[in-house]
Amino acid sequence: MATSDKLIEVKDLKKYYNGETIKALDGVSVDINRGDVMVIIGPSGSGKSTFLRSLNLLEIPTAGHIIFEGVDITQKKGPDGKKLNIDLHRQKMGMVFQHFNLFPHKTILQNMTLAPVKVKGVPQAEADAKAMELLARVGLADRADAYPIQLSGGQKQRVAIVRALAMEPDVMLFDEPTSALDPEMVGEVLDVMKRLARQGMTMVVVTHEMGFAREVGNRVLFMDEGKLVEEGSPDQIFNHPQNPRLQDFLSKVL
Amino acid sequence: MDFALIGQNIVKLTIKYWDKFLITGLGYSLSLAAITVTVGAVLGSLIALMRMSKIPPLRWIAAVYTEIIRGTPMLLQLYLFYFALPQLIPFLNRKQYLCVAIALVCNSAAYVSEIIRSGIQAVDIGQTEAARSLGMSQRLTMTEIILPQAIKNILPALGNEFIMIVKDTSLASTFFIGDLMTQCLLIKGTTYLTMEPLIMVAVVYFVVTFILTKLLAVFERRLRRGDIR
Repeated sequence: MATSDKLIEVKDLKKYYNGETIKALDGVSVDINRGDVMVIIGPSGSGKSTFLRSLNLLEIPTAGHIIFEGVDITQKKGPDGKKLNIDLHRQKMGMVFQHFNLFPHKTILQNMTLAPVKVKGVPQAEADAKAMELLARVGLADRADAYPIQLSGGQKQRVAIVRALAMEPDVMLFDEPTSALDPEMVGEVLDVMKRLARQGMTMVVVTHEMGFAREVGNRVLFMDEGKLVEEGSPDQIFNHPQNPRLQDFLSKVL
Repeated sequence: MDFALIGQNIVKLTIKYWDKFLITGLGYSLSLAAITVTVGAVLGSLIALMRMSKIPPLRWIAAVYTEIIRGTPMLLQLYLFYFALPQLIPFLNRKQYLCVAIALVCNSAAYVSEIIRSGIQAVDIGQTEAARSLGMSQRLTMTEIILPQAIKNILPALGNEFIMIVKDTSLASTFFIGDLMTQCLLIKGTTYLTMEPLIMVAVVYFVVTFILTKLLAVFERRLRRGDIR
């Protein structure tokens, strides 16, 4: 791959808690290219969520670098020598959470237009129109004026996805997006994510949905104990796993 | 104890002194409580902000302040303020009511700051994460996302604090500033009756706090209704 295709470069990322006693991330390096659908799998506590949350600095890494669109966002100062404003970079990274995290005191439409209007300065009418279009795409246009509490889990997560998309991000980060859902609602959320992947959105997905990883991912990462243990295409990872820990993990989840 | 006599005396005292209780005494008590809660809420918000600040010395000052206020008796604080303030600030000389009000405000601010802090911290951390992941600044996250939700935790607790303070103002009678309890002591002094004024003032306190509690419950139900819509 050419250098220009790199969207996020992660270099030797470390996250320690309690001094050095807990190593949530222990030196992870990986390049995420434009158009990648990178799926991260691994046992719980392996550091995959910490890794994902470090990408937009919701977790501040102890050491290492994250270079996003050419800017090292782990530095205090930006390339212009001024204090780096992480808010600007976060606008370009959408994030979807396990527990949706919709704003309960705002309607679905307000949830979606708040950041575009207040952060990017998009006129309200324009933001509304864009939000309605996105809602229509996930089949929720009729719920625009509802409050989050009135929606099912699957609907909430679909709203959370389009809320992130309303900021027109360059990459979407998914932190176990289906783990808190009732089984019958997992499909509707995965469908939205599949469509997004087909449209060429760069995605980093932490998930336990091996079917999704196999079908939609173009790269699969296996993490264990804070380290990137194995990386490959879905075929390599699922059909020809090399590392014994990956083989053990797959034998348990498949 | 002769209950019949006490009953008769209460009727007599009520006819003679009702205005001392219900106008002067209650007026002083409620105004003192209202001043304490409003100024205390403003000061308490500031202390809560300091407590959650990124600047360590501000955090320490706020923490030390709340710990000292909460760790010492209110009556003691009243004494300290009452005798120290006029010496520190000559303007406050012989202004007993103001000294007591300042003491109550400083006390209440510590408790209110904890109410506000816990109200803000009770909002799910996921709300902050979602807002920040959308590129919203810390300030915008606070004003648009956290505070509107925190207010629903804070207001009912502030109401309870107000009721507490209405009762706590009775401590101010130590300095005879005119509140309900002061009136009780004055009438006790002029009539040589003990039980009667005590019972009367207890009834007034109870009725006032009972009404306030009920009003608060109505208000709380309204707030909660806003959640479901």
